[in-house]
Amino acid sequence: MTETLAFGRTPLLTHNYMHYCPGCTHGVAHRLVAEVIDEMGIQDRTIGVSPVGCAVLAYNYIDVDFIEAAHGRAPAAATGLRRTLPPDRYIFAYQGDGDLASIGMAEIVHAANRGEKLTIIFVNNAIYGMTGGQMAPTTLPGMKTTTSPGGRDVAQTGHPIRVCELLDTLVAPVFIARGSLSSAKNTIKAKKLLRQAFDLQHQGFTFVELLSTCPTGWGLSPTDSLAWLDRNMLPFFPTKTFREPGAMPEHTAAYHPDLKVRD
Amino acid sequence: MPSQKQLMKGAEAIAEAAIRAGCRHFFGYPITPQNEIPEYMSKRLPEVGGVYLQAESEVASINMIFGGASTGARVLTSSSSPGVSLMSEGASYLVGAELPAVIVNIMRGGPGLGDIAPSQSDWSMMTKGWGHGDKRYISLCPATVQEAVDMMSLAFDLAEKYRNPVVLLGDGLLGQMMEPVIFPALSEIAPEQSWAARGKLATRPRVIVRSLYLDPAELERHVDHLYDKFARMEREEPRAETWMCDDEPPVLVCAFGTVARIAKTAIGKLRGEGLRVGLWRPMTAWPFPVESLQKAAATSDRLLSIEMNKGQMVEDIRAVIGHDKPVGFWGRSGGMVPTVDEMMNAIRGQFANA
Repeated sequence: MTETLAFGRTPLLTHNYMHYCPGCTHGVAHRLVAEVIDEMGIQDRTIGVSPVGCAVLAYNYIDVDFIEAAHGRAPAAATGLRRTLPPDRYIFAYQGDGDLASIGMAEIVHAANRGEKLTIIFVNNAIYGMTGGQMAPTTLPGMKTTTSPGGRDVAQTGHPIRVCELLDTLVAPVFIARGSLSSAKNTIKAKKLLRQAFDLQHQGFTFVELLSTCPTGWGLSPTDSLAWLDRNMLPFFPTKTFREPGAMPEHTAAYHPDLKVRD
Repeated sequence: MPSQKQLMKGAEAIAEAAIRAGCRHFFGYPITPQNEIPEYMSKRLPEVGGVYLQAESEVASINMIFGGASTGARVLTSSSSPGVSLMSEGASYLVGAELPAVIVNIMRGGPGLGDIAPSQSDWSMMTKGWGHGDKRYISLCPATVQEAVDMMSLAFDLAEKYRNPVVLLGDGLLGQMMEPVIFPALSEIAPEQSWAARGKLATRPRVIVRSLYLDPAELERHVDHLYDKFARMEREEPRAETWMCDDEPPVLVCAFGTVARIAKTAIGKLRGEGLRVGLWRPMTAWPFPVESLQKAAATSDRLLSIEMNKGQMVEDIRAVIGHDKPVGFWGRSGGMVPTVDEMMNAIRGQFANA
């Protein structure tokens, strides 16, 4: 009788005990990133950038060289890596919604607009997890958080920001997609998005948003959180590929104005 | 052409000196009065295979510097006072993560938007207040364009020696004045490999560039380690000039940067009137040249600090001299550059007080 290994430890995940709460999808997202790097055989050429937030310790789990950026500045720090390292390196930044869509909005928009050859992984769980469940720029209307105890009042605090759609207005990015970690099926799809992004990274800016859960911040059980994500986040944050080579929107066509200044 | 003398504007000379020192990567955001540095870099760096990148803000600049420094490359940014304020968080991260980088601050009048005229009002920010936490930065204060050029390669060397950011602290006068300068030869510096994040090598443990130490005991050990480095800087890196002090003059003027040059002219004229005045000029704002000051002040009766601010360096001088002898202050602020005549009057006042 022979035994068949159905599932093994991802080689690029370290043996460190993960600090994430039970049911949090960061662990799944980390595993997907580690699997993609492993499958591409680029561990020795990959440098990660960790954010400020729950995933600051990503370097404890994904076994590649890492730098730890200031809050929101991961795209700028990743730009510094890209512009100084040999072009064969793979560089990714891993950011949450407060980090990327609030304090770091300028850095993500401009890194995307410059077409920096990076992969940005955007974990959107509609809440600040690390600081204890405050309102995020992606918090849904009416959603209760510790700083919107009566539910997010859109008249006072605006509506959730759709980052993929916002970045899709820019000319430079080559890949923009949103996936979800709410089920095994969606997770498999999300991994394909990550692989596409890494594969395309040396052509330009690549961005993958992963809809995620925060059972602790949401005050829901892990399984209820997954169902809540599907029911409440998917309608506002549709999972789709917004941008990929061969499917570039009209506004990305080359533009050559006939302006002569300072000649 | 390493030894040929050429006439050059201070800001452009600073930029060229950085390239000569092996810097091939510049990240910056425009702000007056230092725009000649990024403008020069945008043209010159591609000629030597380097990268110029205009960031979306000073906040982005300093974090691009963080990423670039993490790979062991010699990286430079430049700005002026308000922009340098914005960089303070990133500077603290550079210290915490032990990354070398050079930051040029061409100071302008403040506070707030202030003006774009020359000033020295960032002395306290650079020596004490730049960013959060327990940290220090070597701050070099050139008085001439040639000294700025010479200090640029020193800045990169010191940044790497200590794995800590180093500041070149000038003012709008230094950036705008044209002077003859001699540059060192163009050098190529291979990026550091042992601690730099360039991809996991089989020959070394994985690199994690970080400033987070969640265990307070571990963070205290880390800060103690940083302070061991700062203590070494205080022993090895203070630099100062003492001028016209051989006859043990009763009045010692203290000034740094371009103000020290104006002071030299004023002192020369006062000497012509028979007044015995000397000059002490720190070339490092931090580490403050304590021993040099004590030695220069030992034979004088009183000191006068002259600054283009409301009295910032004078606080450091008083901390050294204590109540031993009077330490006066005279200065102009708001971007007003002191004239030789008004400086002479201020110094004459010291003799009237005697």
